[in-house]
Amino acid sequence: MEKNLQPILGMLKKEFGGTASEYRGDVSLVIPSGKIVAACQQVQAQGFELLSALTAVDYWPEESPRFHVIYQFTSVAMNLVLTLRVPVPGINPSLPTISHLYRNANWRERELWDMFGIIFKGHPDLRRILMPADWEGHPLRKDYPLGYEEPQFTFNFEEINLRKPYAKE
Amino acid sequence: MGVEQKLGNMGIATTTLEQAVAWSRTNAMWPMLFGLACCAIEMMSAQAAHYDMSRFGMELMRPSPRQSDLMIVAGRVSRKMAPVLRRLYDQMPEPKWVISMGDCASCGGVFNNYAIVQGVDEVVPVDVYVAGCPPRPEALIHGVLTLYEKVRGMKFAEIKK
Amino acid sequence: MPDIQEITVDDLKHLVSERAIQGETVLLNMGPQHPSTHGVLRLLLELDGEIVVNCIPDIGFLHTGVEKNMEAKTYQKAEVMADRLDYLNTVGNTLAFSLAVEKLVDLDVPPRAQTIRVILAELTRFQSHLVWLGTSALDLAAMSMFLYCFREREYILDVMEMCSGQRMMTTYIRPGGLWRDVPVEFEAAVRNILKTFPKRVDEYEALLTRNPLMLDRTYGIGKLTGEECLNFGVTGPMLRASGVKWDLRKDRPYSGYEQYDFKVPTRTEGDVYARYLVRLEEMRQSLKIVQQALDKLPMGPVRSNNHKYVPPPRSEIGVSMEALIHHFKLWTEGFEAPQGAIYSAVESPRGELGVYLESDGGPRPYRIHWRTPSFDNLQSLPLMSKGVLVADLVAIIGSVDIVLGDVDR
Repeated sequence: MEKNLQPILGMLKKEFGGTASEYRGDVSLVIPSGKIVAACQQVQAQGFELLSALTAVDYWPEESPRFHVIYQFTSVAMNLVLTLRVPVPGINPSLPTISHLYRNANWRERELWDMFGIIFKGHPDLRRILMPADWEGHPLRKDYPLGYEEPQFTFNFEEINLRKPYAKE
Repeated sequence: MGVEQKLGNMGIATTTLEQAVAWSRTNAMWPMLFGLACCAIEMMSAQAAHYDMSRFGMELMRPSPRQSDLMIVAGRVSRKMAPVLRRLYDQMPEPKWVISMGDCASCGGVFNNYAIVQGVDEVVPVDVYVAGCPPRPEALIHGVLTLYEKVRGMKFAEIKK
Repeated sequence: MPDIQEITVDDLKHLVSERAIQGETVLLNMGPQHPSTHGVLRLLLELDGEIVVNCIPDIGFLHTGVEKNMEAKTYQKAEVMADRLDYLNTVGNTLAFSLAVEKLVDLDVPPRAQTIRVILAELTRFQSHLVWLGTSALDLAAMSMFLYCFREREYILDVMEMCSGQRMMTTYIRPGGLWRDVPVEFEAAVRNILKTFPKRVDEYEALLTRNPLMLDRTYGIGKLTGEECLNFGVTGPMLRASGVKWDLRKDRPYSGYEQYDFKVPTRTEGDVYARYLVRLEEMRQSLKIVQQALDKLPMGPVRSNNHKYVPPPRSEIGVSMEALIHHFKLWTEGFEAPQGAIYSAVESPRGELGVYLESDGGPRPYRIHWRTPSFDNLQSLPLMSKGVLVADLVAIIGSVDIVLGDVDR
């Protein structure tokens, strides 16, 4: 772990509780979902100006917590990287928004709503961003099918041909 | 044949009307700018100086569908883009042709999932498929020349429905 | 097939200004198919005459579902899709993926492979900046730049084809090293590039940099300060043109970049002209890095020896039983990565390209997320485009250097 990160990590752990872990040099801190806005404010005050990534992982079929939302911060001034993980339950998943602190969280949280169905309370404009506006379902959840189309080989060529929608002029 | 022999070398040729029209159609076919993804870069390379497509009549690419007669669907078509593609195809005036460039446009390519239309012939009728990921500019030019052969063999009655 | 949804002003009440609802300003659609948007980007412009009051980007027209599709494939097969994300920086994408997988399974990479990776990554950066220069100059009606840039690009694509057989989507950089060693003509071809390209970059500068038309159209347009850039998550040449000196190659080096001596060009104005100058200088620095890397290219293997993760070379398979078994298991089942989650970032020509990779101990990535730079760079577009003319908006979009495959994944 980088030297400058130790005091910041210790202060965050003390203030917000949560477990820290390190894997292959990456430091990550698990924070409960109620305290995430305060934690992000504190992280920003400590000098992490850049929100590098905001993503989520789906641990279906575990119901609680089903999602882990991952915030990745970079500090340009101190050359440090820090990760915060927030567990979110599977039923009515929601988190408060941080788009007033880091403005690129605006689209990133829209993407999480689109792909996972996690609602961000207080977001100014929560609508679908990557899928069409009338799409149903949240594609990156583990119980959403891939949409795999069977390849046409010679033995099933005709039956798949009949099912495929071809455009007629 | 008799007329040409009698007139000698006066610079007159005789042909059928269909052949003349097909010849003029192929010699100045204007493609519509429809580059979506990686194949668009190879289409731009085919238009640039090294593999010049203006030798074959495609001097400029018109961004407006109303002024073009060839649509080269270059790249992967997502579900959100499919109605836009159909609308642009409908806006093109007859006669119009479609080249499906690349694997993603022909059959879905590498991406067999919920987000990509598996072959653009689900949306528009395709005349020539060019394979490759992305196809080399020479492959695209070969596809264009194949389309020209097809157009030269076309009759009037086939187009007007 | 669903028809296109018509969007009315009511749907976007919270995004457009008051004047649109009253009907004073016009809502215009700069649609997905447009010559100047560099891809399928849809912009809803609220116009007051010719001045843009509000600009609302609508993305997702190239969404490919790569992240979900990679979860269904083993690591080697998933790499094929990685090339096709940011299709102008194909080698950089596979480099980011390979570095992430190597970090996850703790693989070592021999120094010859690292040096060749640097050479190819810098050539790809040069080639991506060439496409940017050609297309954004084309938007500003300098059509000959387009032809010159694509002429240069052919030399670099020849080098790529020589190494891997493919011009663009090479999949040459794999976890553990490279696919195979470079052929004997590689060095001569790269030296030829190094000999001729600096003069060509000087030609481009002579054509555009002091051109009064270029200055008129780009000077003072689309300013962004350093703090605004960082708040928007903007990285790459846009951030460096606004005064913040942050380049992952220098500050968090990977793949041996700390051995090379190169400058990171920075400017303070933050407008379109400054971004143009930064990228032009980056092209020169890329050539400098390639020169140094080629001069110190060491001999040795190009793949790691750890055959639990890296396929053994073909010559060993006929001779050694372990090699055959490793080859078989790797290509049918794939290797099993240890459980854990990492984040690894490289510097793409557009900014910070990061890969978040989480594994549950199986042969497939449990979750892979691509932090793509153009997604965040594009978010700053509404801020940059308030109060500019539509023609300036075209110049600003060109300077952001978005690639829609990057934005939509």
